[in-house]
Amino acid sequence: MKEVLTISAIFEIAPQLWRGVQITVSILIASALFAYAMSFIAGLCRLSNNFLLRKLTGFYVELFRGTSLIVQLFWLYYAVPMLFGINLGSNWWIGVIAIGLNYGAYLSEVVRSSILSVSQGQYEAATALNMSSFQRMRFIIFPQAVRMMLPEFGNYTIQILKGTSLVSLIGLTDILYYGDVMRSTSLSLSPLIYLTALIFYFILALPLIFLTRKAEKIAKKGAAS
Amino acid sequence: MAEPIVTYQDVHKSFGDVEVLKGIDLDIYPAEKVAVIGPSGSGKTTIIRLLMTLEQPTAGDIIVDGRNLWKMEKNGKWVHANENHLRSIRGDIGMVFQHFNLFPHMTILENCMTAPIHVKNEEKNDVKKRSIEMLERVGLGDKLDNYPSQLSGGQKQRVAMARALVMRPKIMLFDEVTSALDPELVGEVLNVIRDIAENDDMAMVLVTHEMDFALDIADKVLFLDEGVIAEQGTASEVIEHSENPRVQSFLQRFRG
Amino acid sequence: MNLNYWSWDTFFDALPVILQGLGITIGLTFASYLFALIFGFLWTFLRRIPNRFVHFIVTWTMEFIRSTPPLVQLFFIYYALPVIPYIGISLHPFACAVLGLGIHFSTYIGEIYRSGIENVDKGQWEASTALNISTWDKWRKIILPQAIPPTIPMLGNYFIIMFKEVPLASTIGVAGIMLLARSYGAENWSYLEPLTIVGIIFLVLSYPSAVLIKKLENRFNKRFHKNQIMKDKGAMQ
Repeated sequence: MKEVLTISAIFEIAPQLWRGVQITVSILIASALFAYAMSFIAGLCRLSNNFLLRKLTGFYVELFRGTSLIVQLFWLYYAVPMLFGINLGSNWWIGVIAIGLNYGAYLSEVVRSSILSVSQGQYEAATALNMSSFQRMRFIIFPQAVRMMLPEFGNYTIQILKGTSLVSLIGLTDILYYGDVMRSTSLSLSPLIYLTALIFYFILALPLIFLTRKAEKIAKKGAAS
Repeated sequence: MAEPIVTYQDVHKSFGDVEVLKGIDLDIYPAEKVAVIGPSGSGKTTIIRLLMTLEQPTAGDIIVDGRNLWKMEKNGKWVHANENHLRSIRGDIGMVFQHFNLFPHMTILENCMTAPIHVKNEEKNDVKKRSIEMLERVGLGDKLDNYPSQLSGGQKQRVAMARALVMRPKIMLFDEVTSALDPELVGEVLNVIRDIAENDDMAMVLVTHEMDFALDIADKVLFLDEGVIAEQGTASEVIEHSENPRVQSFLQRFRG
Repeated sequence: MNLNYWSWDTFFDALPVILQGLGITIGLTFASYLFALIFGFLWTFLRRIPNRFVHFIVTWTMEFIRSTPPLVQLFFIYYALPVIPYIGISLHPFACAVLGLGIHFSTYIGEIYRSGIENVDKGQWEASTALNISTWDKWRKIILPQAIPPTIPMLGNYFIIMFKEVPLASTIGVAGIMLLARSYGAENWSYLEPLTIVGIIFLVLSYPSAVLIKKLENRFNKRFHKNQIMKDKGAMQ
């Protein structure tokens, strides 16, 4: 039993888990980009003057915020092919779409509230300089709002990283998947397997943690007027 | 005398149930310096905010350079002004705010350059040269690359004035521009306003509590009380000869 | 069974089956939330230990727990804890889930407590010292009563967030609505209706709670805003 806790076992485990890093990272990047895009589209639509557009995006946001990622992932995985008879292609895409839509909904609230929190005086100053509503958004409101958004985007990207572990449940070969495969053959190694997996995820999270801290500093700087 | 550049015709403004302006009639002539004084809540700021198109009048017309600001003609009918109509007139008007409203994400030079480049499509180098001149004029030539958060209140307000001047407005509005400043910083801002008043030929409307200063530089003084112009005339007419008891008691409070 | 389109028969057949798991799902939410609320205090107090080394360890342990997937943490507790030599405790899946979700979210709750404590006016600490109040009473009667109420809306938000994380426990065999829906789907080879039911249940329960918490938040904001205004007025006099 003792060799279970020896360091040498890590050299056995780490290369196995390493095989899953590619999938974890590719899902992370793709779903994060998808979520960012959704967040700006939905966030701006919710601020639009168009009633229907506002209600529709509101429905999307509440739907995805009101249910959990795991439910959405399984629903897309099992139910969409049944309901619509369409195949979303690969499980990789299902993972990316589920995670992207879910966190896009959360992030759209960040976008919306950041834009709303730019002070009224900024709108007025831009109007006094005769900017059009597009110019006002593009040069004055948006750049300030983005600075305010950055820390939350950092935090949610870490959430997205954590969320990627769910794709192992629909058979994608990510870090956790290879961990589970190894555990099923050598149960006694499982403490080290899962610990190593957690460390893998933590290493992936570290740059995001530091970027988030940096973003917090930027956001603080841009806020004073 | 020349035609007025701005005319208010029976302008009313209500916020909810509260009527702030109760029929304002006013002419402002080119290059005229108008000071608007009066107790707080009398509607002083609202008068210029209507002209800057930051608020809509509830009734009445504002004519700028012969064109109706808030109404436009469409198929022979007068309809509510749209954004394009407002923009075509608003370019002649500039405003300096009580709380500066500088853009915090831009250097002070960028604060001055953004609007001429993007709104008026002017050539970048010209705008830059003019912006630097203007910032030097207000005494901030050495701070071009600083951000607003690095400046004092008085410096911020001077940047705000340079920013408005670079747009070359025909009418400049000053909304209690010294009210948010520490007392020792008021002087530097007033000096810049005095410089503009003496050397530039634009019309100026100053809403202010700096009574002595306003009376000193103004061609015309408006005393606003409870939403109407209670008294108007030259400084000496309003101060020395007004028989309106509200004007007298107001002035007494300020001049001890 | 129809594989290609929606069937209300299946829907109403699955509904009572899945609803049997609702008690477990809600029970697990409350249990792990309670765990997180208590464990959160532990983090808050550990972080206040005035020793740089301890502070470093505690901060990074929290960061580690918070930024790694709760799913992997659940698997660790479920599969690995029992086979760790000399420790070897094997817990019921429900207890594993309480432990896993509870610890994971305690790191967030701890941060909320911390922000609440830091927002208590510095003068309150100084006044307590000046009045020679004991440390225990200072916390119990002065600091915490002021620190906790403003954090209640945020704590409420985390209750909803945890509720939505609870279906993760289906992966280690906790028979909540998620597990029942998936096993119903597997038995009848129809996942659409059961999974839709789960989605609806979450929506029906979490949306009104979110609205409720928003209201609570507004009320708190107003109250504290009012206090602030009164403070300002006091300063002017």
